[in-house]
Amino acid sequence: MLLKPLLALLLAAALHPAWAKEAAPVAADPVAEARLMKLSSELRCLVCQNQTIADSNAELAVDLRNEIREKIQTGMSDAEIKDFMVARYGDFVLYRPPVKNTTLVLWVGPFLLLAVGGGILVFNLRRRRQHAAEPELSRDEQALAESLLHTDPTKETT
Amino acid sequence: MKAWYLIPLAIFIAMLGFLGVGLKLDPREVPSPLIDKPAPVFRLQTLDSPSRLMSSEEMRGQVWLLNVWASWCAGCREEHPILVEFAKTRTVPIYGLDYKDQPDDARRWLANFGNPYVASVSDPDGRTGIEFGVYGVPETFVIDKAGIIRHKQIGPITPEVLRDTILPLVKKLNAA
Repeated sequence: MLLKPLLALLLAAALHPAWAKEAAPVAADPVAEARLMKLSSELRCLVCQNQTIADSNAELAVDLRNEIREKIQTGMSDAEIKDFMVARYGDFVLYRPPVKNTTLVLWVGPFLLLAVGGGILVFNLRRRRQHAAEPELSRDEQALAESLLHTDPTKETT
Repeated sequence: MKAWYLIPLAIFIAMLGFLGVGLKLDPREVPSPLIDKPAPVFRLQTLDSPSRLMSSEEMRGQVWLLNVWASWCAGCREEHPILVEFAKTRTVPIYGLDYKDQPDDARRWLANFGNPYVASVSDPDGRTGIEFGVYGVPETFVIDKAGIIRHKQIGPITPEVLRDTILPLVKKLNAA
């Protein structure tokens, strides 16, 4: 078969070090770029809602990254840039929603559920322990059982 | 004591309720924080004559619609005939924001499908769109006489939206 050597050749070509280039630097200023990455990975892309602006290749995400990059260059702080985004797109852009009246259930809910679940667990365990502590037979019942066990059943059948 | 056994059922029904409501919600409709806030001011080239700059300040004193559209946007194509018909009623002036578009394409688009806009302005790099929090064209803003955004329609305007939401609001704002 000619296919195998061909594939091997292709593979060898693909792995040739000349093709393995370093990723080109995305910006002249690596510090600003690192800030951009950190900031944009905390912001939600509104077009593809389960991706961050850092991850997404949607056009809006690209635009917003450029916008943030420019804002960094003009010397705005991270908080100011986040405020800028929230003012236009709402809290929804934040992957970490702020604690507010409207988001209280979101923040407290899981702990509440945990407390309720823990409460039920403790309640059930206590009840089970009480059951276990109860003597299974009273003294009279014990004596009766003893006597029944020790009597010869053949004698009773008269 | 028997009532205890009904609790999981109650939780199940409550969850069904939440999930049912969730089905009807559109996660793409993010409430805009710009409602009841002043509309961002823009000053952009008009589509008809790029030499003329139009400012959003020119619309002060009247209720107007800002429709964000683009020739590449499928939803715009869908809502366009509705806008064209609506514009004929002369109820409220509609201005267009041509979002991230080639002016030539946009002009051809309007020539082909009709032009419901008093004027359209070009936003080639989408910066004005970002100011308005645009993330899914078409979007339409209802802006009152004082330049305050009163409503944002995300996605194509349908006859129902027009009749039930936009028209009553425009009427109310005009009376104010």
